[in-house]
Amino acid sequence: MENVGVCDEFVNLKATELRLGLPGTEDEKQKVSCGKSNKRALPETEKDIESTGKTETASPPKAQIVGWPPVRSYRKNSIQTKKNEAEGQGMYVKVSMDGAPYLRKIDLTMYKQYPELMKSLENMFKFSVGEYFEREGYKGSDFVPTYEDKDGDWMLVGDVPWEMFVSSCKRLRIMKGSEAKGLGCGV
Amino acid sequence: MSEDDEDQSPPSDLRSQPPPCSPNKSRNCISSSSSSQTFPDHVLENVLENVLQFLDSRCDRNAASLVCKLWWKVEALTRSEVFIGNCYALSPARLTQRFKRVRSLLLKGKPRFADFNLMPPDWGANFAPWVSTMAKAYPWLEKVDLKRMFVTDDDLALLAESFPGFKELVLVCCEGFGTSGIAVVANKCRKLKVLDLIESEVTDDEVDWISCFPEDVTSLESLAFDCVEAPINFKALEGLVARSPLLRKLRLNRFVSLEEVHRLLLGAPQLTSLGTGSFSQTHQSEQEPDYAAAFRACKSVVCLSGFRELMPEYLPAILPVCANLTSLNFSYANISPDMFKPIIHNCHKLQVFWALDSICDEGLQAVAATCKELRELRIFPFDPREDSEGPVSELGLQAISEGCRKLESVLYFCQRMTNAALVAISQNCPELTVFRLCIMGRHRPDHVTGKAMDEGFGAIVKNCKKLTRLAVSGLLTDQAFRYMGEYGKLIRTLSVAFAGDSDMALRHVLEGCPKLQKLEIRDSPFGDVALRSGMHRYYNMRFVWMSACSLSMGCCKDVARAMPNLVVEVIGSDDDDENREYVETLYMYRSLDGPRKDAPQFVTIL
Repeated sequence: MENVGVCDEFVNLKATELRLGLPGTEDEKQKVSCGKSNKRALPETEKDIESTGKTETASPPKAQIVGWPPVRSYRKNSIQTKKNEAEGQGMYVKVSMDGAPYLRKIDLTMYKQYPELMKSLENMFKFSVGEYFEREGYKGSDFVPTYEDKDGDWMLVGDVPWEMFVSSCKRLRIMKGSEAKGLGCGV
Repeated sequence: MSEDDEDQSPPSDLRSQPPPCSPNKSRNCISSSSSSQTFPDHVLENVLENVLQFLDSRCDRNAASLVCKLWWKVEALTRSEVFIGNCYALSPARLTQRFKRVRSLLLKGKPRFADFNLMPPDWGANFAPWVSTMAKAYPWLEKVDLKRMFVTDDDLALLAESFPGFKELVLVCCEGFGTSGIAVVANKCRKLKVLDLIESEVTDDEVDWISCFPEDVTSLESLAFDCVEAPINFKALEGLVARSPLLRKLRLNRFVSLEEVHRLLLGAPQLTSLGTGSFSQTHQSEQEPDYAAAFRACKSVVCLSGFRELMPEYLPAILPVCANLTSLNFSYANISPDMFKPIIHNCHKLQVFWALDSICDEGLQAVAATCKELRELRIFPFDPREDSEGPVSELGLQAISEGCRKLESVLYFCQRMTNAALVAISQNCPELTVFRLCIMGRHRPDHVTGKAMDEGFGAIVKNCKKLTRLAVSGLLTDQAFRYMGEYGKLIRTLSVAFAGDSDMALRHVLEGCPKLQKLEIRDSPFGDVALRSGMHRYYNMRFVWMSACSLSMGCCKDVARAMPNLVVEVIGSDDDDENREYVETLYMYRSLDGPRKDAPQFVTIL
């Protein structure tokens, strides 16, 4: 080993590192990883070690190495989208408002309940939604929030429990005027 | 399914020159200029031609071409299928000068490690010079099969226009083109039988390429577009399938819904190979289509793949075809053991099985219990990270080896493995030719004994006497490589990552494996001594890749100087490397026509 000094630094870092592996394998690993120092023979600096990211001894345990494990990005991407959906990482839905020139998008996972969502919509489109009643729907406003569910039907926002709403909502539409009245309270 | 298929026949680049007619050689040399022969040359030529045209194997053909000049000439006239394992091993001009009647070309470009982002983009492997040269030389070209090549829409357009009899286009792991290029091929290649786009990156030019196929009956036998990330015109697809009576293989992309697949199946019961699109229901309708009935009608389906965006409750629909399946690809579907076991229980004829590790060891045990004819197994990680859970281990693979004695090819990603399991596997499966094990945690030892994985891999190379391809992983010392050198006499392809202790490891392999053709190494402590030790080998190999090892520029220059027909590429990394001596990536290969002219800036050819 040319740069024992560097190895010492590695050793120190390794002592604090969390690694998977049985006790007693430490020594072997240390020897091996020192031997594997990617950049060698030159005045070793921390900068070199950090910049490459491939020097496994210095990188934090969870840092991902380029191209490892060797799974093609095509395959990774195909599975990744599914994982994101499964973990519910961000559920963006389109929001249209009758009369507005363009649509908006909101992330439903940002809200915990209906009032938060309503407030956000009201701020976004500068309107007021009125008060929700279980039987009559929204009263006190020309605007009625609706959503399209998985079956393609247009439903009134607020009828079902929040979690059920988030999982079935495909897009939102703020209805206005006479069309809204049909969904709202009977006038 | 041809992800990384290994060529079964030995390598045969166009590397040999015509043999000289020298008196040293004891061959019968028939000079074409001599007039004192018993039979006129053209008679001999005709006889030879008639005989040689039956030679299919390129290994045999290469051997035949070395007999003498006449045989060289006639073989060149009769070779209709050309395989070029490295597009930079020779120039297109050399191809067309030697072989005059080529109908089929198989061309490979980038090295495999480029798939894992170990090389900057735009490295090369352009199809353009090949297609433009062939356009003039081979007007009767019928088949082009490319792997890891850069293909543009213009290239595809030129191809479509230049070859009126064009029949088969297969693009595996290619990029650089989009749906507009595909549209031209669909439209202009009137005799098209095969259009297979496999694991390629296809840009969405928002072109309705399916509608570009000619309106009359087509000769299509195989259409694969599962990698095309763009919506398609289903009505046009339905019409296309309806007027393609010869269609046997159809691989759809995820934009085709289950209901649509159902409709296609009803109209095409003659299919033998089906790649489903999205296996999920989009609309909850009153009457759900009887998916099982549609599959039941496909009595000929033997190969199933796809299952993107799987809704597991619909999986039982495929039960009617399970008994006939020889090939099943679940590798894009996150299926639990409980959903999986009832399906696999029926697949007695299965020979090829690809899946995600979500089926767990339990699922693999179910495969072992049922699939006695299994030849090929590939298990991919659902969560491809070093520190992920790892639902499969040595237990699953060992169970497979016990149940599936005819196993020939394995690709297995896992987090835990033991030497004992590998020893058992090596004894259970003597037919293994391909063994690729990826223990995802780097330097991970045997999780029971804590020892290096040397003995396990040693047993594999020792007991699997037919082994031609090996990929190793886990904690490995030089001893493992000693075993490889001693026993790996048939190994042609070797992949090494984060393994070995010293130069000796690589030396063992270079000195001990006479058939080694393709060597790819990353992040291993092999340096100049090791590189020099293999100089007697490099002309007989297709390529050597070494990245993040311990090579110096000086040594690589020495090798380049000593071996003029070897192209030695040093590929730089993106970060500013003060150290000009350190070689980040070495990629070297033999070439008949010298270094390439299209190398980008980050490539230095020594």
